[in-house]
Amino acid sequence: MNRKKLIGNIVRYALYAVVAAFFIWAISNSYFDYIFSQSGTFLVLLRQHIVLVLVSSLLAILIAVPAGILITRPKFKRAEWIVSNIANLGQTIPSLAVLALMISFLGIGFQTAVFALFIYSILPIFRNTVAGIDSIDKNMIDAAKGMGMKPHQILFRIELPNSAYSILAGIRTAVVLNIGTAALAYVVGAGGLGVWIFTGINLFDNGFLISGAIPVTLLAIVADFILRRVEYAVVPKGSRRIEKA
Amino acid sequence: MISFNHVTKKFGENITAIDDVDFTVEEGKIVVLLGPSGCGKTTLLRMVNRLESITEGEIIINGENSKDMDPIELRRKIGYVIQSNGLFPNMTIEENVMIVPDLLGWSKKDKRERFEYLMKLSGLDAKDYGKRYPHELSGGQQQRIGVVRALAADPPVMLMDEPFGALDPIIREKIQDEFLQIQREVKKTILFVSHDIDEAIKMADKIVLLRDGKIMQFDTPSEMLAHPKQEFVSQFFGKDRAIKGLSLHTVENLREVIGLGPVDDSVQDTKTINVHQDLRNTLSMLLNQEADQVIVKDDAGENIGTITIDLVQKYLHFEIKGKVSASQEG
Repeated sequence: MNRKKLIGNIVRYALYAVVAAFFIWAISNSYFDYIFSQSGTFLVLLRQHIVLVLVSSLLAILIAVPAGILITRPKFKRAEWIVSNIANLGQTIPSLAVLALMISFLGIGFQTAVFALFIYSILPIFRNTVAGIDSIDKNMIDAAKGMGMKPHQILFRIELPNSAYSILAGIRTAVVLNIGTAALAYVVGAGGLGVWIFTGINLFDNGFLISGAIPVTLLAIVADFILRRVEYAVVPKGSRRIEKA
Repeated sequence: MISFNHVTKKFGENITAIDDVDFTVEEGKIVVLLGPSGCGKTTLLRMVNRLESITEGEIIINGENSKDMDPIELRRKIGYVIQSNGLFPNMTIEENVMIVPDLLGWSKKDKRERFEYLMKLSGLDAKDYGKRYPHELSGGQQQRIGVVRALAADPPVMLMDEPFGALDPIIREKIQDEFLQIQREVKKTILFVSHDIDEAIKMADKIVLLRDGKIMQFDTPSEMLAHPKQEFVSQFFGKDRAIKGLSLHTVENLREVIGLGPVDDSVQDTKTINVHQDLRNTLSMLLNQEADQVIVKDDAGENIGTITIDLVQKYLHFEIKGKVSASQEG
């Protein structure tokens, strides 16, 4: 146990050192300068990026969570594997290809990027919703039924609270993935921090590259942190420990 | 009162899970459905609150045909306890216990009072446990909560599906005793599923022994042990059914029928037992040769006699053989 802890600590501090070294190197080469010298543009790109992620993630949540709930109802249970496989298939198409495909239908711009990101976020949320609800002890549902709970009462009082952890974890995964993938929105002309990243790649300009990439990374870390907080607040106290065990 | 009138359940055309079952659970009594696994006892229980459908026949609950009632309303009027307690981990103990009253729309004050009363029954402190979550309780405590939760809205009828099956033997026996104590106070009409013969003998006013969905015998535990009507019944209760049957009798019963032996004050190595001790435990103690003389004490702590293996045997002979000859004569 102590050895494990020691190795864990060494790895952790080594990582911190690498990150620190990277920032020292980047700052000493003034690679972050664009953020300050062109702060107007930066804020526009950042806003575009956040809007892309927010809109596509919200749409995905609005579709995938109800779909997951619906498919776990006894009536639709039989269709579960078909729908799951379709959702899985969606995930296997490379994100760049999804974007390219969407251009032919929706043209270029914001709506294309949002749609591609939305398609891409559905699976993790859907899959975790289904898994969360399926993992609930059948005896518990039986007890609820036997006590005279109506189906919607079972859903809202038993199933959703007890699968909240899994559903929110799916949403978190989707959002964090989404923030990274949204950098590709540049390709369809939807802006976002991808604009600077691709400019950096095209011009061999580390300054643009890093001024675009590092904020994307930080955005993902911040989103992860916030969503973990939300999880902690939303998941009922009694179910929390069970998920960890 | 629960009456089963020629109840049959079929899965598809060919599989008959319950075959023309006909019996009645009297008001305030415990009837145990007993039988090997796959005999249909749980299916039969679940037909009462319509978690399973009835193919033929009817189940009458306190004068009402279960078919004519709304299943949701019906279930709220019937207490339901299952083996793995079925407590909801996302709710506190108080929320768990108050589910049915909550569904029925009781006021906050009524729920509060009821909760405190139920926790008193369960022997757990309402203040201390109310705000806790199920995972913070031991298995035995969780099952106690499972039982009082079924009592929450004071339903006249209770269904219990191997409620103590998942507990270890020592805790199980303790909770059985506690439950019988509670039953003496609340006097519910109870249908109880078990595969444990000792549990059935202990809990039941009457036992329904099932096999392949058919009733093999419907009788009081002592009748069933003493006079099994079919080969299967005697096989099921085993060769030691006379010993099992002894747990239905106490030293007091023996004293009333044949009397106790005299106390020999010269014997040094003695042990004492209470007059309400059951004969099965008493016999085990005698067989263990724990002492040269076993003295019976009454509730006041007075010595009222001694008991020996011979006396137990004599009593058995009288109880079983005596009744046989009596019934043959009759």
